[in-house]
Amino acid sequence: MALAEPRLAIATPRPREGLAEVIARQGTAFWIVAALLLVMPLIANPFWLVQILAYAMILGMIALSLMFLAGYGGIVSLIQMTVAAFAAYLVAIFGDSAITQISLKWPWWTAVPVAILLATLFGTLGGALSVRTEGIYTIMITLAIGSAFYYLTLQNYTIFNGFSGFNGVLPPVFLGVDWGSTVPFYYLALGCAALAYAVVVYVSRAPFGLALQGTRDNPRRMAALGFDVVAHRIAAYAFASVIAAFAGVLLVWYQRQVSPGTGGVGPVVDILIIAVVGGLSRPIGPFIGALVYVLLRTFALDLLEGVGFEGKRYQLLIGLGFLVIVLFSPDGLIGIWQRLRDRYRRGRETQAAQMRVGGGSP
Amino acid sequence: MSDFIGRRPIWSLVILIAVALLAFLIFAVWTPWMELTFGRKRVFLSALFNGITLGGLYFLVASGFTLIFGLMRNVNLAHGSLYLFGGYVGYSIGNLTGSWFAALIGAFVIVALAGMLMQVLLFRWMEGQDLRQTLVTIGLSIIVADLLLWGYGGDTFQVTTPDWLSGPIQLPFVVALRSNGEAVMMMYPLVRIAILIGAIILGVAMWLVLNRTRIGMLVRAGVDDRDMLSATGVRVQLVFIMVFAFGAGLAGLAGVVGGTFQSLQPGEDTKILLSSLVVVIVGGMGSIPGAAMGALIVGLAEQFGSVYMPTYAVMLTFVIMVVVLAIRPQGLAAVRR
Repeated sequence: MALAEPRLAIATPRPREGLAEVIARQGTAFWIVAALLLVMPLIANPFWLVQILAYAMILGMIALSLMFLAGYGGIVSLIQMTVAAFAAYLVAIFGDSAITQISLKWPWWTAVPVAILLATLFGTLGGALSVRTEGIYTIMITLAIGSAFYYLTLQNYTIFNGFSGFNGVLPPVFLGVDWGSTVPFYYLALGCAALAYAVVVYVSRAPFGLALQGTRDNPRRMAALGFDVVAHRIAAYAFASVIAAFAGVLLVWYQRQVSPGTGGVGPVVDILIIAVVGGLSRPIGPFIGALVYVLLRTFALDLLEGVGFEGKRYQLLIGLGFLVIVLFSPDGLIGIWQRLRDRYRRGRETQAAQMRVGGGSP
Repeated sequence: MSDFIGRRPIWSLVILIAVALLAFLIFAVWTPWMELTFGRKRVFLSALFNGITLGGLYFLVASGFTLIFGLMRNVNLAHGSLYLFGGYVGYSIGNLTGSWFAALIGAFVIVALAGMLMQVLLFRWMEGQDLRQTLVTIGLSIIVADLLLWGYGGDTFQVTTPDWLSGPIQLPFVVALRSNGEAVMMMYPLVRIAILIGAIILGVAMWLVLNRTRIGMLVRAGVDDRDMLSATGVRVQLVFIMVFAFGAGLAGLAGVVGGTFQSLQPGEDTKILLSSLVVVIVGGMGSIPGAAMGALIVGLAEQFGSVYMPTYAVMLTFVIMVVVLAIRPQGLAAVRR
């Protein structure tokens, strides 16, 4: 299970630090990326803002929930996309959509919390069901639960409106801002993604996160220490489901429609691909993976036709890229980056050492 | 058998009664009251037979899946792709040679070779990293699905049934009585019966090979303790390659079979993969009898579901899976280790 058990820094007991210290600890790269993302609306055009960046953040959030489960809990769950799709459906059902005979037209500030709550409940229940199994079995069972949900939405017309699903789901107008227009939606997605990222980073260092990492590394020993392993895993599912549910709400606002295809087997596997390609060892990985995925999806057609290949084969490109990453870099793109950096550093150190040897001793 | 009756008297009684009831439903001439409750007997019987034959197909796919999983701990999520690949290969061979048997054997051999390549080139190098292997199979399934779409397009294909297998056959079950008292017998496609018999023969043969031969002994020992087996001097890699080739070949064979009485099209790979996942989860991972049991249950559930509650037919199989998971997470036939 090399992928699910990344080499994490051994959790040394750290003195409690305040927010200011945490902020001060971040490196330059963090600040550059943060500033760039904040001023992005000044640089990029609406297409890049929403279709690429906001979409990548939404997918990144769903993949982040998978990363939390897989990276810290050792649970590879394929249910996260289903949770997001369920939340998206619930927003369409409780809120407003073009399917007036089903939608209940609740105002968004009741529809969204209820949707998130119910989706979290769904994810937790699914987790409770699959937590009885371990490791590789979890993939199979969550995949089966996900496809059961897909078929349910496909065949149920009274609640999920079958094949066509819901369209015309509009983001709310709130505080005088239309959150569906380009710049507000970008900031909304950015805010949610940043919050999810921060919360995951925080929880991974909180006692709960540390205990969860303990259950990943050695469940038996954790149980002997008095931790309830199953309860920790179910709680992890619940936490991840909250993130996925938020992302699902954003997703339905982004696409303005939801249909069975939203939670089909393809997207479910895509989320796993995003998380693995980005890297399961750090919370930033899923976002990088999502960005690469969205860029590939958007530009693969032009890219392939540019090299004189048939444009329809982008699925092949994604599959091959995924295979190459899995085969050669189990930690995903982050792993490649870290290895390059380490090599560079080591190179510099040996250089420095050689120089000392060469010019030094009397 | 008698051991089971002694241990579980109540369960044996329930099973006995269920079997008797089923036999009664199959052989008796239905009274008007029964027709009213269950619908027409013809519908019931054809759902039953369709379910059993579909179970035969699922068994062919799932037994390879479960064998590979049991021995190598490799969840081969590309198994559905192997099925579709086999179906297309069989279709091409059938078109070239005009022989159904050539298609069957050709698909088995070619897909078995593909499986062998997969084991030798990929999975051999990541032994024990089961998650990574699974991810590789996901990548492979995406690639294979797109390559097949490229090669064969999005059309629906059907492997042609040979003449001697086409057409219906009369079964000795009374469906209804004519007004003059003459019994109407059940007519059923011969090819489905043949496939069912083939699946049963294959299942029995597999059981015999696994339990009565030296190779089967090696495989069973490998399932129990891989490291100890290789420590005793068995070339365990060779056993792995053989089992992987055989399991993949079975998937290819099933592709031809499924292409004969269903159809081949893009997306069929995921459907078959999900079905075999459910079959294996219900039956218990790594167990051949479990695969048979699960395949029968899933096949019957799908067919009866589509007859008696058409909207939620697919859901029913997943509900069964969830119930089995909740009550017996290791599957119906798995042995607790």
